[in-house]
Amino acid sequence: MKEHWKRNRECYGFMGDIIRMQKKKKGRFNLILRFSQNAKGYFAVVLAASFASTALNALLPRIFSFTIDRVLAPGGIPYLKEHLWLLSLLVIGIALANGIAVYLYRSNTAKAGETFAKNMRDMLFYHVQRLPMKWHSKNQTGDIIQRCTTDVETIRNFVVTQALEVFRTAFLLAVSLGMMFSMNVKLTLVALVFIPVVMAYSGIFYQLIARNFTNADEAEGELSTVVQENATGVRVVRAFGRERFEIDRFDEKNHIFARLWIKLGTLSGLYWGVGDLITGFQVIFIITMGAVEAVHGNITAGEFIAFASYNTTLVWPVRSLGRILSEMSKAGVSFDRVNYILDSAEEDMSDSGKAPEHTDIAFEHVTFGYEDGGNVLEDVSVHIREGATFGILGGTGSGKSTMVHLLDRLYELEEGTIRIGGIDIREISRGWLREHIGIVLQEPFLFSRTIRENIAAANPAASMEEIREAARTACVDDAVMGFADGYETMVGERGVTLSGGQRQRVAIARMLLAKTPVMIFDDSLSAVDAETDSKIRRALKEKMKDATVILISHRITTLMEADQILVLNHGRVEELGTHLELCRGGGIYQKIYEIQMNQDDRRLLTQ
Amino acid sequence: MGAAYFYRKEAEEMEKKENQNFSLAVWKKMLPFFRPYYRYFATTVSLNVILVLTDVGIPLFQSYAIDHFVVPGTLEGIDVFVVIYVLAVILQAASLFFSVRAAIHIEMNVGKDLKRAQFVHLQKLSFSYYNTTPVGYIHARVMSDTLKIATVLAWGLVDMFWAFAYVIGVFGIMFVLNWRLALIVLLVVPFLALLTAFFQKRMLLWNRKIRETNSEITGAFNEGITGVQTSKTLVMEEQNDRAFQEITGRMKKSSMTLAKLTAVYMPLILFFSSMVMAFVLARGGYFVQNQMIALGTLSVFLSYAVGIFEPIQQLARLLSDLISCQANIERVTGLLEQEPNITDSQEVREKYGDSMHPKKENWEPIKGDIEFRDVTFCYPDGKENVLEHFNLRIPAGTTVAIVGDTGAGKSTIVNLAGRFFEPTEGQILIDGRDYRERSQLWLHSQIGYVLQNPHLFSGTIRENIRYGRLEATDAEVEEAARQVSADQVIARLEKGYDTDVGEGGNRLSTGEKQLISFARAILAKPAIFVLDEATSSIDTWTEQLIQKATELLLKDHTSFMIAHRLSTVRNADIILVMKDGKIIEQGNHRELIRRKGQYYSLYSKQFEEERMLEVFR
Repeated sequence: MKEHWKRNRECYGFMGDIIRMQKKKKGRFNLILRFSQNAKGYFAVVLAASFASTALNALLPRIFSFTIDRVLAPGGIPYLKEHLWLLSLLVIGIALANGIAVYLYRSNTAKAGETFAKNMRDMLFYHVQRLPMKWHSKNQTGDIIQRCTTDVETIRNFVVTQALEVFRTAFLLAVSLGMMFSMNVKLTLVALVFIPVVMAYSGIFYQLIARNFTNADEAEGELSTVVQENATGVRVVRAFGRERFEIDRFDEKNHIFARLWIKLGTLSGLYWGVGDLITGFQVIFIITMGAVEAVHGNITAGEFIAFASYNTTLVWPVRSLGRILSEMSKAGVSFDRVNYILDSAEEDMSDSGKAPEHTDIAFEHVTFGYEDGGNVLEDVSVHIREGATFGILGGTGSGKSTMVHLLDRLYELEEGTIRIGGIDIREISRGWLREHIGIVLQEPFLFSRTIRENIAAANPAASMEEIREAARTACVDDAVMGFADGYETMVGERGVTLSGGQRQRVAIARMLLAKTPVMIFDDSLSAVDAETDSKIRRALKEKMKDATVILISHRITTLMEADQILVLNHGRVEELGTHLELCRGGGIYQKIYEIQMNQDDRRLLTQ
Repeated sequence: MGAAYFYRKEAEEMEKKENQNFSLAVWKKMLPFFRPYYRYFATTVSLNVILVLTDVGIPLFQSYAIDHFVVPGTLEGIDVFVVIYVLAVILQAASLFFSVRAAIHIEMNVGKDLKRAQFVHLQKLSFSYYNTTPVGYIHARVMSDTLKIATVLAWGLVDMFWAFAYVIGVFGIMFVLNWRLALIVLLVVPFLALLTAFFQKRMLLWNRKIRETNSEITGAFNEGITGVQTSKTLVMEEQNDRAFQEITGRMKKSSMTLAKLTAVYMPLILFFSSMVMAFVLARGGYFVQNQMIALGTLSVFLSYAVGIFEPIQQLARLLSDLISCQANIERVTGLLEQEPNITDSQEVREKYGDSMHPKKENWEPIKGDIEFRDVTFCYPDGKENVLEHFNLRIPAGTTVAIVGDTGAGKSTIVNLAGRFFEPTEGQILIDGRDYRERSQLWLHSQIGYVLQNPHLFSGTIRENIRYGRLEATDAEVEEAARQVSADQVIARLEKGYDTDVGEGGNRLSTGEKQLISFARAILAKPAIFVLDEATSSIDTWTEQLIQKATELLLKDHTSFMIAHRLSTVRNADIILVMKDGKIIEQGNHRELIRRKGQYYSLYSKQFEEERMLEVFR
């Protein structure tokens, strides 16, 4: 059936998006220009080639009509009559030229489209990397990925297939109409009368189909939900013996789904059928009237044939106009979705030139809250001397990690000041801060690369010996050497799954290799057993004598050797002092110390 | 075995399937689904015969007009001509419409039946299947594979028929009109077929490469976004940019190679078609001159010579569609042929009925005594026995607490007791009889299940509670909610019992969902309870309600607790401590504490954490 169905399927897709569409046109054009970097030349070639190809194609019917009227007809040019192959040669010659034009058109379309797509992807990735954490925590990962992949693909498709096709169609219409007008004005006008009819008809039907599509799409969603929930909730279904009930529910939705889609399919069958009817009538009109005109001597037999073939090139583009328009609006929506990302402001990485001369860190009356909810830190003031080890103890949500986020300028400070080496960190570039402060998170993120590449992430030039040295300090070298591929072992989905403790230690090695003067362990030894914990701390102490170390932990043993310990409770400084001082302070620290240390007490309580 | 592993495996499978040959055996399996709709199929095929006839015949009108009106210069008979022409066009449009209608009926009905067959079968499959198969995979089999299969069955076959018949029809007419000219056109067909086959193979290959790179790009975005904090703190942005640009560079290259293949293929096809036209023009022109054929015949040849190319290419395309669809069929039949691991014997089914037609009148009441007698068990996909000659008597009303770290295999005992898995050796007795002597449904309808992240179905709270007992009245539903104090939570919701819980219950908090699932469980009046305590944080108020409900359920029922809270564990009659899939300690709280083993250290750790939380509260 001429693959009508495939076309229908496509148009459903567009419909769905037209319905969900909200128009925002601003910025689209600028975006197109930005993505077209290095591709403008290709676009120019595409336009030229597409014009050449259309023009060459339009020559063929003319040659046929010439052959019929001036060669084959009685009294035709005798020389050509004898040498008909010359005309064949001309056709082949045009075909060759046309072939070259089509090749240029297609290959340059691809070059333009792919360059465009690469620019788009690269820009998005670049930008996403540099958007502030505030933006990232506000937006869902899945949604961003959707925008960066599906929407980019929609735009790419539009650029490669539709946008350039619009020009080709325009050329085609212009050339065909020109040829037709040159042969017979009256007939051409008759042919044109049908165009608004076809367009109006397409428009009306598209809307009708769109409405039905919404229903069918919803039915599909409901059916899909039943299947999804049944599989997810299989335990509940079985536990209550509800198989029968589930099947009944499924049957109901399945039935509605099939019924609505049959209705939609029938409707689009009608659309194509009636469409064929209208265009068929147009052709009948032209052929009949053409025959009449020819009989009256207004056009020749050859022109009649040529006119009929130009007419067919007129009809199809008009019918596909609706599709192009809807795809254009679909791409427009995608453009806006991509633009949403690119429009958001990147972190300011500019360098004021101010760099601290030492790494004394001072929090002065810092108060901070994330967007959703109350303050996480309230009036926090602490001073961490260069080279000191500073411990932080606090419950979940006490604001420990927030202090780190602010220090590294992952989030922007609002009230109070943080100074490093006496300089307000708002005046220090983010680049400098991050290159001088190393952080290991509780659940560290490892990239799906090799272990070696992960450790060398912040210092790609590091030698294998340096990498192993860092790994040894982090007590992970033995474990890594235990893998079949050693340091070349892939991490993550494509490779081994590391345990929580191993991940933490790899992340520690990664930070050590960066050789930052300030090192922060944000609860990053939680998954390591107490023995290894102390081993790592001992090794660190030896290797990194000069570094300022901030330890965040639940474990008293981890913190007790620190020069100073801060107890943070609900964002406030509860206690501050050395282990010995706090042990006798009678506060939270002492209570926790007792819980963790006093085995006898513990046994008494549990009996 | 994560979902990623599964999809990778699936991708590999797909690749294998794409390269395979046509296999009748595979298609035969679809016959039962196709057979009920053969009438529609017969309709669409016969309508396509008409469609082909009109498609082939309509260009002839033009040639008729040339030979009978234009060339002789007379309009005699044009009225009849127009009438027949109009009728032909109407016939064409009508047969198109009705065959589309028939085909959509086939498509949707075959799809509907395939979906149903799978869904019904899924209700019978064992938990071992669900444990090893991601929900997304199951969903894709039911929703997308069936769509593809139905589309190919309904449209692919008919479209192929159309294309084939069209080509035959056109050649038939051409041979009738002038066999010499027809031969010229025919000559080009083998070239066209070879060319198409050659390019198609390469295009498929590059297409696959592009798909792979595409998923790499998605992966890179995923990593770039989820790892953004790490990248920032390590100042890795530029490094990541470079790695990403390497992938997009490859993508660009592959896409361009594919595009170039098309860029060569299309002009070649066009060139061939022009060659044919040129030959037809030269030879045909000669024939016209010598009055061997009419001018109209030449013009119709020219239009056929162009028109024949698209159907031939379409045939090649459809053939490859057909072959790639085999992979979908194999996945669907793979699911349908999956045998449930746990089935009731013939005698049991006769007495107790099956899940579709339970014979509740023959069901004995249950007391709730459970006994594991010399049970050895190994998971179907496991390598070693997780239980060996295990014996345990659980008298009715006993509470069994199961403790251990994540992944220690805490659900094994529950899975066995609930007959979601059966012992490899030995027996499990319920009220003194091997549970295999009674139906699964009998046992399952006696178990109340409360999961740690309870699953609710889309719908209202009332509907969800009623899931426990479908025939319960509104009053009974509300009474059940009152019993477990869920009514207090429900009262705080704007629409009360008629609140829509959202897909999977995601509009409610975990705590709310738990309370509702408590009500659902208690409404079923089961003899045995299975409780999986929530680990995620629940606000204090809800937490207290849950505690109260838990205590209520544990009283008077045989129950299994997968426990995280010390208070609940401490009061259990039997505590099983699991590690690496095996039971390593067993006893009550006092005994196990005295032993100073795994339970003691687990308990101490937990105790310490709970105390710390209290200090910071």
